[in-house]
Amino acid sequence: MATQHSRSAARLMMAPAVILLLGWMLVPLTMTLWFSFRRYLPLRGGDLGWAGFDNFTRFVTSSAFWPSVQTTLVIVGGVLVITIVLGVLLALLLDQPMWGQGIVRILVIAPFFVMPTVSALVWKNMFMDPTNGLLAHLWRLFGADPIAWLSEVPTTSIVMIVSWQWLPFATLILLTAVQSLDREQLEAAEMDGASPLSRFTYIILPHLGRAITIVLLIQTIFLLSIFAEIFVTTGGAFGTRTLTYLIFQRVLESQNVGLGSAGGVYAIILANIVAIFLMRIVGKNLDR
Amino acid sequence: MARAVSTRRKTIATAAAWGIGLLIFFPILWTILTSFKTEAQAIADPPIFLGFDWTLENYRVVQERSDYMRFLWNSVILAGGSTILGVIIAVPAAWSMAFVPSKRTKDILLWMLSTKMLPAVGVLYPIYLICIRFGLLDSRAALVAILMLINLPIIVWMLYTYFREIPGEILEAARMDGAGLKEEILYVLTPMAVPGIASTLLLNFILAWNEAFWTLNLTAANAAPLTAFIASYSSPEGLFYAKLSAASTMAIAPILILGWFSQKQLVRGLTFGAVK
Repeated sequence: MATQHSRSAARLMMAPAVILLLGWMLVPLTMTLWFSFRRYLPLRGGDLGWAGFDNFTRFVTSSAFWPSVQTTLVIVGGVLVITIVLGVLLALLLDQPMWGQGIVRILVIAPFFVMPTVSALVWKNMFMDPTNGLLAHLWRLFGADPIAWLSEVPTTSIVMIVSWQWLPFATLILLTAVQSLDREQLEAAEMDGASPLSRFTYIILPHLGRAITIVLLIQTIFLLSIFAEIFVTTGGAFGTRTLTYLIFQRVLESQNVGLGSAGGVYAIILANIVAIFLMRIVGKNLDR
Repeated sequence: MARAVSTRRKTIATAAAWGIGLLIFFPILWTILTSFKTEAQAIADPPIFLGFDWTLENYRVVQERSDYMRFLWNSVILAGGSTILGVIIAVPAAWSMAFVPSKRTKDILLWMLSTKMLPAVGVLYPIYLICIRFGLLDSRAALVAILMLINLPIIVWMLYTYFREIPGEILEAARMDGAGLKEEILYVLTPMAVPGIASTLLLNFILAWNEAFWTLNLTAANAAPLTAFIASYSSPEGLFYAKLSAASTMAIAPILILGWFSQKQLVRGLTFGAVK
């Protein structure tokens, strides 16, 4: 039984973490909200007064807005589909009995630990470069014309790079889920003559449902804010400007803080919509 | 009863898994190999896999030109400092939530998680402005604080899930034997919590080491860690693949090794206990 004494001690112990996070959330959020209603141009006169909802309407009506939303959706959607489909297959494969399972797992997980700037630069130069990249060598070997990946198919290239980084994460979590599968149930189904496909559809996939949802939500949150991968590859050129990158450019490159902050508010709302679903699942799990 | 698996099936699975595993790992392997080549061999067509003249020249050049050690040191300070600070703040919080839960514990935990969802770009300018105001732009102190704050929810969550696995009966027994709050924490909980705390330190060190939004936007010459050091290779001149590879290898090697130890914690830490 917790006593009154230990309760107040508990509150005291929680205080530093709560206060710090509260400050970290409220202070910048309030400032962003404030700036989003101001005409604020640090290099052209500073804070020039109220702007009403101008920044919000200008942000969504600018010619860069819809393409950036589209790019964001393509990149996030593309990476999600690739990592989840391949992740499920890979998790099932890694779950099979084999020699050297531990080593294979290490090989598969490794990309997750590579810092984003390194993986982006290595892919950009050593693999996707149209003259000296390894993929160009490979293309020439088969007599094809090498592709200038990051200028001809820039969005696809970024999806490839980011998928490589996130496939390990999806695989690892799905593998953890696969391993908690009821073996006896599977074997019983097999004995009853269920084909591998129907075992997958009716037993494995439903079992993985929750893990897939979690991978989906967590990756979405991280993918919505990918930055370094674009920063060092295309710098937002060739139609690879995501919403995050557009806001970054408005705020730091063109120093239009009011406009960028309005974009920031949109990004925060968007992330929160995804977050609500994630929190529901995590919250439900806490009750068990 | 598990059936005996046929050797044939095991062989096929082994071959497939190794093939795919090596394919996924290949970019890293290729980077490491290239770092030991000369610049001319690095771009040779057809590519040379192993039959090149192994050299350490690139490592020497990278170190000389860019003072690699300074960036490495910054990475260690930022990742290490923010993680240790975060754990110091999080341990009491997670302890109280795990052992003295109240009606609001769940809400507090979820709220902490929600701060993690705040897109960095949405608050970039305010943070930038605050750093300028207090003369903290391009300072290690600011980045230690920021990295600590963005990882604090994960640290609290991880510790919470570990602490919750410590059976409450043990604490009650200790209390019966007359242990006060201090003894309880120091002699009963701490030894049991060490593995959990170690895993938390490890995973968050890795996350902070690889963080590449704040470290790219808020540092210049002084506080830049390895993420920024590598980004400086994004506008290259002449032949630079071998040097890029050497720099990359040096930036990822420490974390690859640490990462291999933290596979299991990764799942727990990044799914907030929802997948175990």
